[in-house]
Amino acid sequence: MAKRAAPEVNAGSMADIAFLLLIFFLVTTTIEKDKGLLRSLPPIDDSEVEPPIIKQKNLFTVLINRNNQLLVEDEQMELKDLRKAAIEFLDNGGGTNPAGERCDYCKGSRDETSSDHPEKAIISMKHDRETSYEKYIDVQNELVAAYNFLREREAKRLFGNLKEYQGVEKVYQTMLEEKEKNQFSKDTILNARIEDIKKLFPMKLSEAEPDKS
Amino acid sequence: MSKFKKGKQGDLPAISTASLPDIVFMLLFFFMVATVMRDSSLMIKNSLPSADQVEKLKKDRTAFIYAGEPSEQFKQLGTEPVIQFNDKIIKVEEVQASVRAAQDELVEELKPKFVVGLKVDKNTHAGLVSDIKQELRQANTLKVMYIANAKAE
Repeated sequence: MAKRAAPEVNAGSMADIAFLLLIFFLVTTTIEKDKGLLRSLPPIDDSEVEPPIIKQKNLFTVLINRNNQLLVEDEQMELKDLRKAAIEFLDNGGGTNPAGERCDYCKGSRDETSSDHPEKAIISMKHDRETSYEKYIDVQNELVAAYNFLREREAKRLFGNLKEYQGVEKVYQTMLEEKEKNQFSKDTILNARIEDIKKLFPMKLSEAEPDKS
Repeated sequence: MSKFKKGKQGDLPAISTASLPDIVFMLLFFFMVATVMRDSSLMIKNSLPSADQVEKLKKDRTAFIYAGEPSEQFKQLGTEPVIQFNDKIIKVEEVQASVRAAQDELVEELKPKFVVGLKVDKNTHAGLVSDIKQELRQANTLKVMYIANAKAE
């Protein structure tokens, strides 16, 4: 038999195969961006200064027990009601702030027995050592959501009429995203606006250490 | 004249697609290399809780602390939740030193902005988390981020 030259392999479909693989990797690649709740821990304070006395009405206590049940202001509560309760507490504005001014932006019921002013209102959270982390995060999430809701409302009231935010659904969130985008070229006006909003509802979320048992 | 006419006649020559596979392979390799599946291999179970009020995390200034029950391959470590930092299991008391070391490795200008990302399994008890937080306070690294899966509102 005569030796025949091997026929050339058609490489035309190589591109198709490569494309297929490429598309597979493109789809499956999740350039993972972690997200989470950012919180600041209190610094350790060894000084013997007497902590200021906080009126009971300015404190919103949230307790989680070992069975993951919630006790909010001495009443048992479901997680889904927590956000609303926290908003009501923060937004109450029943009295005056440390400077003696009334809260003119609060839309709450101005109940004498609830918080005086958002600047004074403190949410205090305490959990058991046996509380599950999932529940703990759920509660944190709801409390942060309460602050975000109120800040969003104020952002809309103060800056919603500006032409750059006309028709924007979430003004505060948009502002934060913008800040994120220009982190290398600081936008002082935007930062000042965000600070203003944060000042209206300062996040005062304190966490007590769980009891050692 | 006829010399020039010749060129204009006939069909356009087909563009050679022979280099197309090369280009596509190049892209393919780029994506294969750039895809990072996971930074450090986990020795613990790690299913994160979910939250809807999440913020983005900046990776350049973060060190991660993992916590959770040891996974199936590491059963010898028991069933109590443990803490993992950079490929190894550490004790609560070691958190402080590890975090400080991680902070020292950062670029100078990011050091004050150092964030500790807590990737904690949702079935862990919160007592362990508060122990970690206490250590972080001791180390004076006060910014923490509870890493969570984003869920739709």
